[in-house]
Amino acid sequence: MERVERNSRPGKTLGILALLFIIVGLYFALVHAPPDAYQGEVQRIMYIHIPSILTAYLSFFIVFVGSCLYLWKRERRDDILANAAAEIGVLFTALTIVEGSIWGKPTWGVWWTWDARLTLTALLLIIFVGYLMLRSLIEDPERAAVSGAVLGIIGFLDIPLIHMSVYWWRTLHQPPSILRPDKAPWDNVHPSMLIALAINFIAFLLLYFYLLSLRIRVGETEERIRTKMLEGAA
Amino acid sequence: MAFLNQTVWLLWKDLLLELRRRESLLAMFFFGALLLFIFHFALDVRPEKAAEMAPGLLWLAVVFCGTLGLMQLFQAERENRCLEALLLAPIDRAAIFVSKVFFNLILMALLEVVIFPLFWVLFNLTAWDRLPMVFLYGLLGTVGFCVVGTLFSALTLSARGREILLPLLLLPLLIPVVLATIRGIEIVLRAGDFSEALPWLHLLIGFDVIFFTAGILVFEWVVES
Repeated sequence: MERVERNSRPGKTLGILALLFIIVGLYFALVHAPPDAYQGEVQRIMYIHIPSILTAYLSFFIVFVGSCLYLWKRERRDDILANAAAEIGVLFTALTIVEGSIWGKPTWGVWWTWDARLTLTALLLIIFVGYLMLRSLIEDPERAAVSGAVLGIIGFLDIPLIHMSVYWWRTLHQPPSILRPDKAPWDNVHPSMLIALAINFIAFLLLYFYLLSLRIRVGETEERIRTKMLEGAA
Repeated sequence: MAFLNQTVWLLWKDLLLELRRRESLLAMFFFGALLLFIFHFALDVRPEKAAEMAPGLLWLAVVFCGTLGLMQLFQAERENRCLEALLLAPIDRAAIFVSKVFFNLILMALLEVVIFPLFWVLFNLTAWDRLPMVFLYGLLGTVGFCVVGTLFSALTLSARGREILLPLLLLPLLIPVVLATIRGIEIVLRAGDFSEALPWLHLLIGFDVIFFTAGILVFEWVVES
């Protein structure tokens, strides 16, 4: 009789660490870092905006890796990983767009503009919502996993092309101010801003992996229930 | 050689079926013509604005009609469990994919041959001499559409609500094709500098090559049961 392990330790530790970093990160972002010279207080949203989109990118990369591994080795856990990463990636992308809108309204004067990076993020969201829909609309779990993996790979391959085309089509976003080739990061950004950004990025990563471990556990439990039901039916 | 042979026979089978039933092509023709009318009513396109809007409208019509065709693409294989029979046959899976892509491409090229001149007539465009160039450029975009479309048409075969799922998955992935084709046609139509169209042309060819290769590689997984 296999025992269902409950709240495994690493998952819990990850959650507590994430919470700690979020609290410290909030302090650094809201109190410690100075307001932006041009944008004022609104700019503070950057401290969660950049971490959330970077985490979303990471997530879609994990979908790609999980999909490749699944098609290659056919292990259920790779598929569970890809599915979990896609779900959380959608969540973080949606958050990024909402945060961007909240920042865009006072800064640009509009909630939405057809700028390249915005459009790209929205397309990313649509593609991976499509991924989740495809999976949920295919009855057979094996088929859903394979179809999802194929879409995960094709979608990932397409992202650079979409990126290029949308970029040529239009660019209006503010140029990147931290990773600039001509200047080192510490030259044009206040150091306490960088610290706040780094702490929040770590906080988001921890939160992300905590959520991922939870979602993977849900996936594994579903898997176990299905096997049990199949055994019962046989 | 065996691969080429199989592909040609499969393609011939699809063409023969289409010739006898005429289901996809007729539906696509009528839908395309209907769309041109709807565009006119919706946008009230005056002759002086028509040339400006032509690339976008043309390509919208192609994409919508093409999606309609994709729904039918594996219909024959779905009925009577023909897909299983096809998979049991000693044929390379990739041959099935390539033949379907070319079948779809032929359908859409035929559609464009009719729809493009019709657009010129209905919207009183005068630049007839650029029509062949527009057609050639459009064909490159159509290849990209067919490659990804065929793959997704097969991918969604076993999904519920396939009719809505297919365009939902397909259209966002086709953004590079849509943008590159519309920009390219626009440059052709205003007789712009060819070097302007060059990056778009590269993008289009790159897209076609990447996804044709990827399609051949993953198709085996797409149709396995």
